[in-house]
Amino acid sequence: MSSISGPIDGLKKELDSAYDHNPHDHHHAGDHHDEGPKVTLGFWIYLMSDCILFASVFAGYAVLKDGTAGGPNGRELFDLPYVAVETALLLISSLTYGLAMISMEANKLKGTIGWLVLTALCGLGFMGMEIHEFAKLIAEGNGPNRSAFLSGFFTLVGTHGLHVTSGLIWMGAMFVHLFKRGLTPQNRIRLMCLSLFWHFLDIIWIGVFTIVYLMGAA
Amino acid sequence: MASHKSHHVKPVPTDQTAAELAHAHHDGSHGSVKSYLIGFILSVVLTAVPFAMTMMHLMPVATLIPVIIGIGVVQIVVHLVYFLHMNVSSSQVWNNAAFVVALIIVLILIVGTLWVMYHMNHNMMPGMMSVD
Repeated sequence: MSSISGPIDGLKKELDSAYDHNPHDHHHAGDHHDEGPKVTLGFWIYLMSDCILFASVFAGYAVLKDGTAGGPNGRELFDLPYVAVETALLLISSLTYGLAMISMEANKLKGTIGWLVLTALCGLGFMGMEIHEFAKLIAEGNGPNRSAFLSGFFTLVGTHGLHVTSGLIWMGAMFVHLFKRGLTPQNRIRLMCLSLFWHFLDIIWIGVFTIVYLMGAA
Repeated sequence: MASHKSHHVKPVPTDQTAAELAHAHHDGSHGSVKSYLIGFILSVVLTAVPFAMTMMHLMPVATLIPVIIGIGVVQIVVHLVYFLHMNVSSSQVWNNAAFVVALIIVLILIVGTLWVMYHMNHNMMPGMMSVD
């Protein structure tokens, strides 16, 4: 058998069986249920630390928001209908990611990839709109160097945007994983973690649109 | 699904799906189409209402701000329950412990910063306070 399949094939099988075969477990992919909770708990703890990072940036923004140094304030700069569309894109992407997870649970690879593609498109649309907003502000001379308020604004919204960008890169990597190996237990754990990350970013965005945009424009 | 068979016979895909769905249901960790849709509809409402209230100037700013913050907090709870599937089951105890610790740190950070900076502004630069 080992003479037919090369050493790499053998190693691959060993890896597969390490994940797929567990004699003590009646259902298939037993290690998914044993390893998954530990990995997702670890990832959850990372998310909580990320939450503290965002809290610091939110606190910084809240302190600096009145320091406009004679420049424009939120009421003059923010375009609420534009922000509502950004918010809608993120909300829809949260729903489509949830549906991707349900397809994954039903072992539907095509459905999982399809919903993930929609999620990624919404994420790309969001980032496109945010980059456009930033470029417009900077072109009008209202970049982060204009005032303390705008420094805080770019730091907070930009940190969230960087996280969304990381999530999109991760999603791109997941497409490669899924096309190569399908819904293996490792890929399921990765998708679970990305799911937590993506929904977490949507929660941060609730804080951003409430505290920055709505309170700024009120 | 006889237990003596599953030791040497790989479960067929349907069994696997059923077992996983049963597990997911028991765990409450993955949700269903229905729960995602409920969460989505609630979030749409909880997003649309504060946007509409702010854009239409329905109430004075002093009332509006606590209201939209309250709606934001409710929406965060909706996301935690329907999208992140947080619950009080025993399998979630460490997730919830980490969450509570993070929440306490976040509150100390934000409330503490605002409290300190407000008093500092008040004491150090009374003439430069924003009265907007």
